Amino acid sequence: MMASQATPAMSRRYRRRLFVNGWNLAASLATMGFGMVFLLWILAVLFAKGFASLSPTLFTTITPPPGSSGGLANAIYGSVVIVAVATFISTPIGILAGIYLAEFGKRSPIAMLTRFINDILLSAPSIVIGLFVYTIYVAKVQHFSGWAGSFALGLIAIPVVVRTTENMLLLVPNSLREAAIALGAPMWKVILMVTLRAVRGGVITGILLAVARISGETAPLLFTALNNQFFTADMSQPMANLPVVIFQFAMSPFEEWQQLAWAGALLITLSVLVLNILARTVFRQAKVR
Amino acid sequence: MNAIAQPVAAPSTRDARDARNDKLFRWVLVGTVIFVLIALACAALSMLWGGRHALQMQGLSFFFSADWNPVENKFGALAPIYGTLVTSAIALLIGVPVSFGIALFLTEMCPVWLKRPLGTAVELLAAIPSIIYGMWGLFVFAPLFAEYVQPLLTKILGGVPLIGALFQGAPNGIGVLSAGIILSVMIIPFIASVMRDVFEIVPAVLKESAYGVGCTTWEVVWNIVLPYTRVGVIGGIMLGLGRALGETMAVTFVIGNAYRIQPSLYSAGNSIASALANEFNEAADPVHSAALIELGLVLFLLTFIVLACSRLLLLKLSRGEGRKT
Repeated sequence: MMASQATPAMSRRYRRRLFVNGWNLAASLATMGFGMVFLLWILAVLFAKGFASLSPTLFTTITPPPGSSGGLANAIYGSVVIVAVATFISTPIGILAGIYLAEFGKRSPIAMLTRFINDILLSAPSIVIGLFVYTIYVAKVQHFSGWAGSFALGLIAIPVVVRTTENMLLLVPNSLREAAIALGAPMWKVILMVTLRAVRGGVITGILLAVARISGETAPLLFTALNNQFFTADMSQPMANLPVVIFQFAMSPFEEWQQLAWAGALLITLSVLVLNILARTVFRQAKVR
Repeated sequence: MNAIAQPVAAPSTRDARDARNDKLFRWVLVGTVIFVLIALACAALSMLWGGRHALQMQGLSFFFSADWNPVENKFGALAPIYGTLVTSAIALLIGVPVSFGIALFLTEMCPVWLKRPLGTAVELLAAIPSIIYGMWGLFVFAPLFAEYVQPLLTKILGGVPLIGALFQGAPNGIGVLSAGIILSVMIIPFIASVMRDVFEIVPAVLKESAYGVGCTTWEVVWNIVLPYTRVGVIGGIMLGLGRALGETMAVTFVIGNAYRIQPSLYSAGNSIASALANEFNEAADPVHSAALIELGLVLFLLTFIVLACSRLLLLKLSRGEGRKT
């Protein structure tokens, strides 16, 4: 648009700049496409291979020995229980710690240190957490167990809940706190019934994201819950769970096992994606006024 | 408030009760914070404790020997450390430019109504469990990669001096290069979303002035946005690196699990995390498992340092932001 007004000497340089601009923006568009291609490719493969092996028996029969047919009932049950227990452990601890950081700790040394360590643990390798639970728990009691799996997953979920709770509480305008305190409400009531309630949606989002994160975790479960060929509801026994079963079956040479692995992979991915989308849409934090 | 409350008996006990409850509430909060702190600190120390056997037996040669042979009780960590660093380097080499492009697209080019859905889609890429990447990598990506991409790379880059040797060898799809590429896809969402967030804090006035003197979009991003957010961008890259170093399942599926250090990127290798995932449950000998735990410690220290740097850089940026505006 300006090229016509530029002097001839300028216009060559200007054209060059426009060319560089166009080229780089096109490259940027291409990178966006690159990311989307992988997302769609992975999902397409999962659906194609997973749906083929989805069937009602998947939910009613337990993992088969090689060469025969079966389902994933024990693994699905184990995964749900381990993740549920982990969520029950991590949610209260995470929310309380988040409240402390946002409402009391502020810039005190202990709060700064916790925040720092928490943020590192947020992206620390989960396999390390698995090793930690192994050394302090599994190695002591000498056997793998569902509880150990839940502890490991709980430790992975806590940082997520702490971070989102704190971030959300910081969104609450101070006038809201002041109004509640002016009415004579004690601090714990102000926090639990006013500020925390104001950001309920955001905190639930954090919990859902944490659940989504831990339900796909495999590495820590390898060292803690391990696997079980049979159905067990006893959390102090090694427990079957979807990620580890998928890992074992996918790496195996048996056709039936690989089919089941794809079905399990589809189940896990679907639930993780649904949790993510739920968290980002339904429970999206409304603006606090 | 106390002056009004004092004459009446009932409210003053209520005040006392409130005060007591507040104190209790506060102690519970402090307790949980201390618990979180201790749990996380213990994660680091427990590995130091568990790995001391291997360190005592092997000494520093643990880090400089590439000979890993559980049968002969020889444990040298060089091969998995090398594999971890090389796969992460490949992942960054691909992931950083792509993430930059995505962040640029989302902040400067994308129509407003597409920003949210596309941003969410990128974040979903991070939500897909690692084991799914692994299965997809092993069964879908690796065969195609071996058939089409690897021979092409050998043809184009195989003859180039210095880096040519990297692209020689049998194209079988699994190996260090495949692991690196899949890692890059996995870390893109983390780097891209940090970059997008820091790009968005650039004051509009700065960008508008640049546009006002006739800069193109690219020039604004490259000369104004990027220098302004440099610290945050590096923090984001470090975050991605921290992720790549510790990624376990995806790498375990495609890296090939061999304790070797070879010049070719096509050859099978091992990373710290994949060694742990593969061997830990089969390690019957206490020295073997101690060596593996020590590997875990190395991984923890590596990621801790990288993530701590990332954190400090991002903190510095957010503090600087407070000062500038």
